[in-house]
Amino acid sequence: MNWKRAAIAALFAVPVIALFAWGFTKDPNNIPSPLPGRMAPDFRLPVFSPGEAPTTLPVGDTVHLASLRGNVVVLNFWASWCLSCRDEHVELQQFARRYEGKPVKFLGVLYNDFPAPAINWIREMGGQQYPSVNDANAHTSIDYGLYGVPETYFIDGSGRVAYKQTGPVTDAILTRIVDSLIAALPASGAAAPADSAAHVLAPAAPGSKGTL
Amino acid sequence: MTGMFAHDALLVSLIAVLFGAIVGTVGIRRGRQDWVQLAFGAIYANFVLVTIATGAMIYALVTHDYSVSYVAQVGSNETPLFYTVISLWGALEGSILFWAWVLGAYSTAVIWINRKRPGTLVPWAAVTLLVVALFFAILLVGPANPFMPVFPVPADGPGPNPLLQNHILMAVHPPLLYLGYVGMSVPFAFAAGAMFSGEVASDDWIKISRTWTMIAWGFLSAAIIAGMWWSYEVLGWGGYWAWDPVENASFLPWLTATAYLHSVMVQERRGMLKQWNLNLMVGTFVLTILGTFLTRSGILSSVHAFTTGTIGYYFLGFIAFVLIGALVMVAGVSEKLKTRGRLESATSRETVFLLNNLFLTAFCFTVLVGTLFPLVAEAARGIKVTVGEPFFNKMTLPLITALIFLLGVGPALPWGVASKAQMKQKLLPPIAGAVVLGAVALIAGARNPYAVLIFAFVGYSAFANGREYWIGMKARHAAHGENWLTALSRLVSGNRRRYGGYVAHFGVLFVALGIAASQSFRREREATLKPGETITVAGHTARLKEVWGRQEPQRAVIGATMEVLDNGRVVATADPRMNFYPTQSSPVPTPQVVSSIGGDLYFNLMAFDQNGAHATVKLIVQPLVPWIWFGGGIVVLGAIIGVFPNRKRRTVVAPARQPVAAVPIPVATTGGGEA
Repeated sequence: MNWKRAAIAALFAVPVIALFAWGFTKDPNNIPSPLPGRMAPDFRLPVFSPGEAPTTLPVGDTVHLASLRGNVVVLNFWASWCLSCRDEHVELQQFARRYEGKPVKFLGVLYNDFPAPAINWIREMGGQQYPSVNDANAHTSIDYGLYGVPETYFIDGSGRVAYKQTGPVTDAILTRIVDSLIAALPASGAAAPADSAAHVLAPAAPGSKGTL
Repeated sequence: MTGMFAHDALLVSLIAVLFGAIVGTVGIRRGRQDWVQLAFGAIYANFVLVTIATGAMIYALVTHDYSVSYVAQVGSNETPLFYTVISLWGALEGSILFWAWVLGAYSTAVIWINRKRPGTLVPWAAVTLLVVALFFAILLVGPANPFMPVFPVPADGPGPNPLLQNHILMAVHPPLLYLGYVGMSVPFAFAAGAMFSGEVASDDWIKISRTWTMIAWGFLSAAIIAGMWWSYEVLGWGGYWAWDPVENASFLPWLTATAYLHSVMVQERRGMLKQWNLNLMVGTFVLTILGTFLTRSGILSSVHAFTTGTIGYYFLGFIAFVLIGALVMVAGVSEKLKTRGRLESATSRETVFLLNNLFLTAFCFTVLVGTLFPLVAEAARGIKVTVGEPFFNKMTLPLITALIFLLGVGPALPWGVASKAQMKQKLLPPIAGAVVLGAVALIAGARNPYAVLIFAFVGYSAFANGREYWIGMKARHAAHGENWLTALSRLVSGNRRRYGGYVAHFGVLFVALGIAASQSFRREREATLKPGETITVAGHTARLKEVWGRQEPQRAVIGATMEVLDNGRVVATADPRMNFYPTQSSPVPTPQVVSSIGGDLYFNLMAFDQNGAHATVKLIVQPLVPWIWFGGGIVVLGAIIGVFPNRKRRTVVAPARQPVAAVPIPVATTGGGEA
């Protein structure tokens, strides 16, 4: 056994092992979304579930995202066949009820699902505080680069995506993001702020639709 | 109850392998044969114990015993029995258990068969196998314990990963892969045994390791093809290979093992490449562990990645141990492995084997770099990138093309040195094959130079390998008056390794042809159809009959029924579907394939209208894809032929074999049946 040679050979293993050890500190599936900082893709989608007073919208009405400008908007993509959506449901509803009257609008977006089972699901889960719209052909989901459900997008007063949550959202995340976005809103009644330097990225072209 | 009992079995097995490894090492050092027998006993005992645990797990799965953590994780009352049983390898803990079982089976078989062999090679190999088993035993008792008690006991579970309950191939691909992967532990153990025992310079360990490598290689080949097939039939993107880290992980050891199966012949005949062969065998094992590590630790993003906990760190420790251990051993004994032979001529079979090894290892290195690149890039520059298909295709196509050509040249050239006349006589006629297939490709519309070259070289190599059979059969026919079928069977059974190898070559050529054709001539179109409307791709027309939906116990299914038309007549139907599983964050597609010998019509449902008024369907026409699966079967057949011992020759026949040997066919000096 030539130990000198053996020791030199062993040194070659060190960088490889170090690389793997370092790799453990990273989540390979955590691919940052390019959306935060950009204008939220606009949409007009029909309401299929009215929500509860005082935030009801009549079934069949169209929600136009741009018309919510000036408020913080929380967009929650969900489906009745999705288990993780059940996990986040209670916290999400409690949060929405607690923030009633504040300048924040909640909206559910139904992904790859049918209204009938979705309405059953809402009933079974004890209600949904806010209205839900039906993304029937999934175009809006594609515009948002949806990876799966649940996913939640936080849109600031000027209509830009501020934060994206992949997977179930929690009360802690909701509180942190929504509070900071409300704080950043201009005094009520003021126009949306002029573009800041951080927001020079081009907004998504209105009406641009992905294909399936 | 089952869970506690099984966990106890695993605990005892951990103690047994630890005890066996220690008592074996000490026993060898002190020359105590009885202690070595205890180590062998530990191998058998471990197998029995892990078999009990695996049996208990299957029992728990089938009886829906949700008090067992693994069953609570992958079981569900609605899952069909078949998928319940195979969910044994559907998630991390179960797959590790199954892995340990396969390792136990292999170890028991190889040690039992070789238990009477004198010397310390087999005892050291046994100790090596026990150390590998120890790692898996630690995992099973600790971080990957599948028998954790669950309380309160749930009434139902989420069921296995939907991708794993979509297709029958899921019953085939993972076990084959484990048999291939784990099988490489055996030749490695003998390589390590040879180094520890000081027998490394002798060729004896090579004879044992060669046979077991071929067994594992056959399984691994089958596993890779089955994996491609599964991905093609299930994932819905119409392809069969995406250079996903886990596909690469299974391919890397295949490349080095293939190189070894060729270069080992050079060592047997010429006494060369000893160090190289040792490196290949150790490297193959390291790559199987690396592959497991990449799959099971969650370090790279992949379709196969299981959710993981602390187990990654155990794997990191093990891979560090294996990597450093292997490098130290190989470098430490390198001086004992000075080669005695040398190349006599550039035009000989051994030269072709050297080139084959060079290309295969370059191939392996390229794929390894591409696989680890995302990790390196993020470490060096903090960016998330993958190199993806263009890198792999660009880098590997020249190597693949060259390898297909060599696959025809190698069998044609003799050992030692080929005369000019021999070369002319051997290498020129197969050009006819190249011309025919090259022309076919050009007429069919292939314009990519690599594609045309691959077609041509497939023709060349098929001709060359077929000719070896023809020459051998003709000689037997003339010398013994045997009919052609008898001549063929005697030819093969007289030198199984050689002619099995040629069969495997044919399999590889079928695979290459299928891949080249489906990549070159793939045509696809996507259309949104109302019922009754048609879509036409490359002369194939299909009509949407209806969009339908149904609720199944474990999922909801939406499907589109497509009718394949021939002159307005319905000749086949396909039901591409989307499945909605409660546990999934997006729908799981089920494509449908209509196969014929010339190729596939691949249907995928992309989107549907909620009222069934229309559906968006993708139709891909893929020529010759079934040839890939067929070729995979032929490769495995070649391995099976090669692994069995040669037919015993009756002495009467021996003198008459002269004409056969006159055409340079190496007579089998080493059977392959020693193991």
